[in-house]
Amino acid sequence: MSIAEKFVSMEYGPAPEDPKESLAWLDRHGRCFGFFIGGTWHAPAAGGYFDTLDPSTGEKLASIAQGTPADIDAAVRAARIAAPKWQALTPHFRARYLYGLARLVQKHSRLLAVLETMDNGKPIRESRDIDIPLVARHFYHHAGWAQLIAQEFPDHVPCGVVGQIIPWNFPLLMLAWKIAPALAAGNTVVLKPAEFTPLTALAFAELCQEARLPDGVVNIVTGDGSTGEALVKHPDVDKIAFTGSTEVGRAIRAATAPGHKRLSLELGGKSPFIIFEDADLDSAVEGLVDGIWFNQGQVCCAGSRLLMQESIAETLISKIRDRMSTLRVGPPLDKAIDIGAIVARVQLDRIQRMVAQGVAEGATCWQPPMALPSRGFYYPPTLLSNVHPTSIVAQEEIFGPVLAAMTFRTPREAVELANNTVYGLASCVWSESINVALHVAAQLKAGVVWVNCANLFDAACGFGGYRESGYGREGGREGMLEYMEPAWFKHAPKFTATAAAAPTSEEEIEGSTPAIDRTVKLYIGGKQVRPDSGYSMPVRAADGRLLGEAPLGNRKDVRNAVEAARKADAWAKATAHNRAQVLYYCAENLSQRRSEIVHHLAEAVGERQAGTEVDLGIERIFSYAAWADKYDGAVHNPPFRNIAIAMNEPIGTVGVICPAEAPLLGFFSLVMPLLAVGNAVIAVPSEKYPLITGDLYQLFDTSDLPGGAVNIVTGYASQLLQTIAEHDDVDAIWCCGDDALVSAAKAMSTGNLKQVWTNEGRAIDWFDAKQGEGRWFLEHAAQVKNIWVPYGE
Amino acid sequence: MQAGLKFALRDSLPYNYNSVPAMPAGQDRRTESEIAVGPPHSARAIATLGGRPLLANSGIPLDLNWIQQVRVNTSAVEHRGQSQVARRTVKKQWQAAWLLRAITCMDLTTLSGDDTEERVRRLCAKARQPLQQDLVQKLGIEELGIKVAAVCVYHAFIETALTALEGSGIRVAAVSTGFPAGLSPLAERVAEIRRSAEAGAHEIDVVITRGHVFGARWQALYDEIAAFRQACGPAHMKVILGTGDLLTLRNVARASVVAMMAGADFVKTSTGKEPTNATLPVSLVMLRTIREYAQQTGMAVGFKPAGGIRSAKQSLDWLALIKEELGDSWLRAEMFRFGVSGLLGDIERQLDHYANGRYSAEYRHPIA
Repeated sequence: MSIAEKFVSMEYGPAPEDPKESLAWLDRHGRCFGFFIGGTWHAPAAGGYFDTLDPSTGEKLASIAQGTPADIDAAVRAARIAAPKWQALTPHFRARYLYGLARLVQKHSRLLAVLETMDNGKPIRESRDIDIPLVARHFYHHAGWAQLIAQEFPDHVPCGVVGQIIPWNFPLLMLAWKIAPALAAGNTVVLKPAEFTPLTALAFAELCQEARLPDGVVNIVTGDGSTGEALVKHPDVDKIAFTGSTEVGRAIRAATAPGHKRLSLELGGKSPFIIFEDADLDSAVEGLVDGIWFNQGQVCCAGSRLLMQESIAETLISKIRDRMSTLRVGPPLDKAIDIGAIVARVQLDRIQRMVAQGVAEGATCWQPPMALPSRGFYYPPTLLSNVHPTSIVAQEEIFGPVLAAMTFRTPREAVELANNTVYGLASCVWSESINVALHVAAQLKAGVVWVNCANLFDAACGFGGYRESGYGREGGREGMLEYMEPAWFKHAPKFTATAAAAPTSEEEIEGSTPAIDRTVKLYIGGKQVRPDSGYSMPVRAADGRLLGEAPLGNRKDVRNAVEAARKADAWAKATAHNRAQVLYYCAENLSQRRSEIVHHLAEAVGERQAGTEVDLGIERIFSYAAWADKYDGAVHNPPFRNIAIAMNEPIGTVGVICPAEAPLLGFFSLVMPLLAVGNAVIAVPSEKYPLITGDLYQLFDTSDLPGGAVNIVTGYASQLLQTIAEHDDVDAIWCCGDDALVSAAKAMSTGNLKQVWTNEGRAIDWFDAKQGEGRWFLEHAAQVKNIWVPYGE
Repeated sequence: MQAGLKFALRDSLPYNYNSVPAMPAGQDRRTESEIAVGPPHSARAIATLGGRPLLANSGIPLDLNWIQQVRVNTSAVEHRGQSQVARRTVKKQWQAAWLLRAITCMDLTTLSGDDTEERVRRLCAKARQPLQQDLVQKLGIEELGIKVAAVCVYHAFIETALTALEGSGIRVAAVSTGFPAGLSPLAERVAEIRRSAEAGAHEIDVVITRGHVFGARWQALYDEIAAFRQACGPAHMKVILGTGDLLTLRNVARASVVAMMAGADFVKTSTGKEPTNATLPVSLVMLRTIREYAQQTGMAVGFKPAGGIRSAKQSLDWLALIKEELGDSWLRAEMFRFGVSGLLGDIERQLDHYANGRYSAEYRHPIA
């Protein structure tokens, strides 16, 4: 009888995944979980417990221990104790453990998938077919890196103890992205899962036990933001890796500014989804389903900003609406559900609030008519059209199933709109013309560009953002590098400030020969300019003798320098061969002026060092000229029919506080790798001998370096640093100096989350080519953009 | 059973179920000449798309611009095909109901060199009674009168099939036009259609000249199919694109559009004789062209995947794909057919499993 009814209606009907194994697992644990520290389970020291809920019903799933600083301390100690033994294992042994974890993830894949869906609310199809397989893939891939580490990363050592904080949108996948590379590189970890979704991390702890992973290698401490904060601030953590909101990322950057923790951040996004008129529109609409209606839109790289070419906008909107009408929203354990539950009430409130604000600002809101479940946290797929760049829904991350649609007229405008954001995580380009697609892909400021596809991930391909979407990559070779340091750097002696402070005496030393006045200026936009302040700073020899006066740069000079650097895009667009030629020419001209420059420099650093600095400087420039056309990207082989092109791109505009101790060689050691990959630089030369600027600009002027590629502002580093570090149009800062200076660089760069590279309180021997030059600097001078290009006809 | 359901069930029999709203006046935006291309069809709506009533296809003039604007991204289509299968599933009673629906959308087919009249009669008997009586009772579906949509044979067996199916409402389809290669002289192919139509075939499955697609001879392709259309007379024409030969999805989409413009009632993937037969990506591309054509012209074209669909699970995947892309209105024999020879056996076994709770064996079900 009812079959007959269903024969007529042809409805889908329910197709629930049975949660009984996961419920039994929860029951076996008494629905109450402590911390996994040093290989065993621990009750919370003092923090008590909080509830984790099933967002599809709002019902409690289990009690979860709230981590306090004492618990974090215990976990960090366990990780510290475990580190030497873990690092002493052969690479092959570490590979075996990672391989074992991959196997175990596969063996328990359904338990993990169902737990994930229950705790997070994502459709079982996604946890079963996407999240968990990617988790296994990540461990397999990194078992490989563990095996190959000595050959592939020679002279590198692990960071040590790594603190990792992960979000609630892909709980186990983010755990894998964090733990697999950390372990493969030889680190031990303390991981804090998200408060809303701790269950799969705890299930993973059991897998670590089953894999007989040595105690303390992986430690898991649950809790809220305060637990994470304790981990971030713990003095014995060598590195923090965080995935989450830009707001929290900024706080972590500020909190880690004092001290020398390494930091990688994978933050928010407002990723553009660009559809050209020559795209396969039906497929592009499916791309949007994968882009913004994946995981309820709670995806940092969700294609949340739709940019449509005007000529197809109407057709496209109609197709999108039709497709939205067939999306099924409902209980996430149903196998035929497209959109499950929003993770928590607070997130649902946020989505509702932001959509309301978008509508108040003029957007047209369309939602397909559909009934949402009466219990739990659900939000329907939503299309906001008539959105303008000024609207909050075009600028801020909503983290919900909400698409904001805009139009563009030309490819140029598409790029302009796409890049009109503080974020830069991912992007999609849909066009059947490979010329259009790759031309646009190359111009997008984003760590990932998906051409004619959306939200594809693979362990072999680095994932991470530009701009305020964070820094560092996860996956691939570049992801491994985040968990390692050059061995020499790890063991470098502590930095001690050289006695370069200006002497107090203002008097000329008697009997000195009157010198011909030499007026050194600032070098901005390829021109010698007087400082805005109209003041100069005295430059003295080691014996206190006044050598001359250097212009005293100020905020406005920095501002002008940044503007000039931003305009110098000819340098970034120059071919690698062309950049190499210019750098060689610099070396050639430096060689021509050797005696003159040595003579000047000798007054500050002595004849011997001056000679060495110039000679090694020539070598260093040669090195980076050589690198310029050899620091290539890669083509990855993810398990799809496509090529993933990993391009090394310049970061953009980089501020450099040069090391004091080697005024010329230090300048070249930092500025040249940046130039080699196409950055524009604002350099503050050594306070010890800023007069070097006069020699440098003559060198650059005669070497065909385009104006603005290098800008030199002399002055007191501590003063100029602030303007540079706070400047939102500076993309990265390199700072060498004492701890106060370096910490200030980090703390002041939180505004636009600049990438920061520093000497981390260590003394770098610029005269040793093993330390002073090479790939390590280039890796920090470039960022990787992965362009996914599926192919097939 | 409620009265409403009874009404729906009566309507749900092949050719007549799911009441479709009549075409409102002024909805038909075709020009006189467009309407004149095909044989006169009744103004009754045969399907709906997004609530819009659609007429039977009478073709439109060849629109080369449309063909040139066809865009198909193969990787994205394949991805959608894979993801669709994982996104939709039906279980329990719903699955049983869907499998029954699949039976009613079958063109039960025999197209072999060793076909005989007796073999065709056997097939027709199975078509009339695709499920054993006890299974029908156990499922409680007697009143649905489940039977296949049509039997598909060579011209030589039209008469045999008509006789064997008399009074059943099951249609007889004949393959034609030099099936499967379609390379005999055009006049002969047209004559072949006429002979089959005169012999009483309700439906004619014609094959296109694939070479016209490779050579982008769209006018020639259009003219050929339009000639077939003329020859079919009142019989329904299913146009086989030979997608396994066309190879690229772009070719499939273009050929599909031309076939619809030339008046196809159905577009059909393959003859069952090409190296690759019906696949989900190919079907998805054809369904999208059907949707586009319906949106542009207000006319509905049916779809028939053929060859290679052997499992009950596959049939559910296809039904779900059609439901997603075109809507429930296409889930009827009027608009959708499976061209199959081996599918029914697996569906029977799955229904047996549903009814009896244990797995069945092939030999326990009467063969065709």
